[in-house]
Parts: sequence; structure tokens; C-alpha cells
Amino acid sequence: MLPIIEDWWLFFNYNFTIMKILVCISKTPDTTAKIAFADNNTKFASDGVQWIINPYDEWYSLVRAIELKEADPTISIHLINVGGPESEPIIRKALALGGDEAIRINCDSNDSFNVASQIANVAKQGNYDLIFTGKETIDFNGSSIGGMLAELLDLPFVSHVTKFNIETNMAVIIREIDGGEETNKAAMPLVISCQKGMAEQRIPNMKGIMGARTKPLKVLDPVDVVSLTSIVSFDLPPAKAGVKLVSPENPEELVRLLHEEAKAI
Amino acid sequence: MSVLVFIDQAEGHIKKSSFEAASYGAKTAELSGTFAEAIVIGQMKDDLSELGKYGIKKVHAISNEALNNFDSKVYTTLIQQLVESTNANTVIFSNNTSGKSIAPRLSIRMKAGLVSGAVALPDITSGFIIKKSVFSGKAFANIKIHTEKKIITLNPNAFNIIKGNGVAEIVEFTTTLPAYSIEVTETNKIVGDVPLSEADIVISGGRGLKGPENWGLVTDLAKLLGAATACSRPVADIHWRPHHEHVGQTGLAIAPNLYIAIGISGAIQHLAGVNRSKTIVVINKDPEAPFFKAADYGIVGDAFEVVPKIIESIKKMKSLS
Repeated sequence: MLPIIEDWWLFFNYNFTIMKILVCISKTPDTTAKIAFADNNTKFASDGVQWIINPYDEWYSLVRAIELKEADPTISIHLINVGGPESEPIIRKALALGGDEAIRINCDSNDSFNVASQIANVAKQGNYDLIFTGKETIDFNGSSIGGMLAELLDLPFVSHVTKFNIETNMAVIIREIDGGEETNKAAMPLVISCQKGMAEQRIPNMKGIMGARTKPLKVLDPVDVVSLTSIVSFDLPPAKAGVKLVSPENPEELVRLLHEEAKAI
Repeated sequence: MSVLVFIDQAEGHIKKSSFEAASYGAKTAELSGTFAEAIVIGQMKDDLSELGKYGIKKVHAISNEALNNFDSKVYTTLIQQLVESTNANTVIFSNNTSGKSIAPRLSIRMKAGLVSGAVALPDITSGFIIKKSVFSGKAFANIKIHTEKKIITLNPNAFNIIKGNGVAEIVEFTTTLPAYSIEVTETNKIVGDVPLSEADIVISGGRGLKGPENWGLVTDLAKLLGAATACSRPVADIHWRPHHEHVGQTGLAIAPNLYIAIGISGAIQHLAGVNRSKTIVVINKDPEAPFFKAADYGIVGDAFEVVPKIIESIKKMKSLS
């Protein structure tokens, strides 16, 4: 009997392939957080800092994935975060917005190779059709995870995506390039990094927040990865000398200053 | 052991940010007692031997029309092949859309540590440490690369172009064409405008301009100065201006030589995208606008009166010089 049941399941899967999207989310300080450093300028001073989902991960990549699911409810959205237990509130928020389940890899690293390797290790086992990242995080501005993931998984990668649609099993993508945009077509599976234009920011509703409490959040141990880089120290930019105010009656003086003093025009 | 610089092109012309990358690559090579070479992918219109002026000794060109379409996988494969054949040790990119797509892939292939968004030459006094911009321009991090091979992407407008007299040797790098993993079906350039990410001067408008019909103030001043135009987030969100003009934390981060903000109050998220600009000018009628604290020059006044006067004054200055 058993082989027959197995065959039946193969048939079932063949006819009802469910699209799976993996959305990578990172925890970053709030956009208004004061940037200061501790321990002899070797660590970000996180005292009193409000943590958020990296805006590119949330507003553009996650919300676009949710929109795709709203158009096709068979789509399943998995969230992945590489971080310590302090990441869980932002993971729950992403579940409240509309993720179906989440994985947290219990690893705190600032090395993008390490983070990408942790995600790739999980993604390899998940058979994802699409992997979404933000174009960068607003703390380390690395823009590296998407490209590294694509390479580790041997997948196509399109960065700086502003529009994403699926048409007859192909991804149709608009991406930003210097001074313009281009349209790309690619087969899935595929990795993209998302930016403004993809979707609009949303606020989770009460039903989402209640539902998020019981959605699965799996915690995995990291795999051993040797980091390729490390942070030695941080610096703050030198303070500005202060603004030189020019009278609105005499804007010619501003032009003179920009020309002669700042040598900017 | 050489340094290899990826020269990015658009329609056969070398991008300005690539001259910066070439100068940076040549200086990095000098520090480690070696020389810099370059790779150019696609059919070019510019004279590649000119790269010698920026310190490049040899240019490896892969001149093939079919390669003018960008695919990070194809470009990575070609660069990796050249890295292997020249035994390059460090690869330099511009931190633009191409560099950000290729560098991470190449980092995996070469097992090379990657620092993206460098703002200064590497410090090689103890190891290999690079200063990069973090927290959207609000701070810097000094990052150590542990691997023997290294990849750096250089922030636009962070390193001055150094121009001398050299002439680069051009060699054609022949290789089999890798298969494309994506298809570029359409390219739309905003023709005639200066690309925002590469502009020396940026003129930006905010809600203080009261409506899209008043943008002539911004575009007239920009045209006069050969500048790119930008805007604040609310202006893009209410569709007064296109999204690609939005500079700030969640828009584009820029670092022009001169940034002139007209009618922008200067929320912290906006500052994050522009605070690396060398000179910041703020024109706002609210003396309490937070932007004045981050500015070098300011005028507290009505943009509708002040900006036309500035335009007249620049015209006068230009006609005299």
C-alpha cells in the first residue's frame, strides 16, 4: 500500500506546486536613532535604541511578497533572520504584517559572508522560488547579502528592483540603473534586492498581530563559517563648523561665497 | 598580485565613478608596491588607452556587443576568469548598481573579503583596513579584511580623480561567452539629465515649494549649474516628482560637491542621504528648520524671491568670467 500512497502524493505535488518566497529580514536601529559608539568606539551604543525591521526589507521586499500572496493565496511566505533572541520582536512584526512562518538563525555577525552563508544553508533545503532582500540595511549599508546568496545558491540575481511581477512563470522586473531603469526577464528560482517603488509601507492590523503570536518561529543553530571581515572600530564624522547665514536681501553674497570660498560653482 | 579595477560603462562611455575607481585602484596598487590593471566589458566608444591618465597600466577589454546587457552572473564569471589569468589580488568596483551586483558574487567565487562603500584608501600598516560609510553616512566603520584576496567597492564622490599623463596598453581578453541568466528587454535612460548618483552639484526641492508647478525654480537653477535635480521623500510620495529623485535614508544616498536644498526642513532621514555632500546650502523661510544645523551656508527667506535672484546673480557671474 505504501508505494501507492507515495505515488499519489507525487501526483498531488506535481499538479499543485505551491510557490514559496523567502524574505530575508534584518534588525536595524530606528531611522531616528542617535548614532554613538561604546567600548572604545568598537561597538554601536545600543542603549535606549528602538529596533525596527530594516526599512528596505519591510516596506519593499516583505510588502511586495504579501501583495503577491494576496493575488495568489497559495503562495507561502517564509521569513528568515540571522540574529540573537533580541530579533524576535521584529520577526513577530513581520509575521503580523503577513509572513506565514519564520526561521531565526541564532547567530550575531557583522560579516556579510557569514550571514549570507547561514541563509544559503537554510535556503538550499527550502526549495524557494523567490528570495527577496532589501537593497541594503540602513546600519551597515553593505548591499551584499542578495548577491552573495545568489552566488552561493547559483541563482540569477537582480539588484535595486523597483517593480516585480510574475507573468506566465517568468519574473518581469524593473530595476534602477545609474540615470535610468531597465526591464529584466528571468526564470525562477531567483534572488532580488528590493528598493523604493516595489510597494508601500503598511501597518499591521489587530488580526495580524493576534495571529502572529501563534505562527511558527523556528530557531536554528548556525553552521560554522569563518568570517572574511571584521569591524576594527567606528568613527563619527567631524562636526560641521556651523552655518554661515546670508541675508535674503543679498543672495549675490551666497553666490560669491560658493564661488570664492567653497569653490563649489 | 596586481590590483584590478572594473570599469563600468553606459552606452560605450566610461562612467565618471569609474575614473574615481581607477585613480583609487592605482593608489591602492602603489601602496602595496604593485600596479593597477582594468577590465572593460562590452563594446566601447571611448578610447580606453585614456585610462592610463588615471594610473591604469593595462586594460583588458572584452569587446562584444552582446555583453552590453548587464547580468551579474555573466560579468562575475568574466571578471573571475581575468582575475585567475592575471593573478590579481585586489579588485575594485564603484559602489553603484553594477558594483553592488557583481562584487558580492565575486567575493564568494574568489573567497575574498568584501568591503562595500569605501571612502578612503586602505590602511596597510597592520593588516588591510578600509574605512567605509555606515549608518547611512552618519558614521564610518574601519573594516579589516582577513583574506589574501580582497574586494572593495568605492563610494561615488568619495575619492578625488587623479589625472596624469600615462597611456594604457589595451589587450583583448578572449574567452567563451557565458550563458545569460537574465534577459534585458528594455532600457530607459533619462536622456540629457545628469545621473543623480554621479552629479557634482545637486539642486533639491521640498514641500516648501508648494506644488509641482513651481519646480521651474529647481530645474532652472540646475540647468544653469549643470546640476542634477532631487527631492525630499514627501515630495516623491505625493507624486510631485518621480521616485528616482528621492534622496534620503530610504531613497538614494548621494555625496555631491554641492547640495542646495530649497524648501526642505531637513528631517534626520533626509540628512542621512545627503550628509556626505561637501558643501550644503539651505534655503528655507523657517529659521528653526533643522537643516540649518547641518548646512555650511544658509538663507532664511522665501525661496520664490531668493532663488530667482540667485539665478540672476550666477548668470551675471558667468557672463563676466
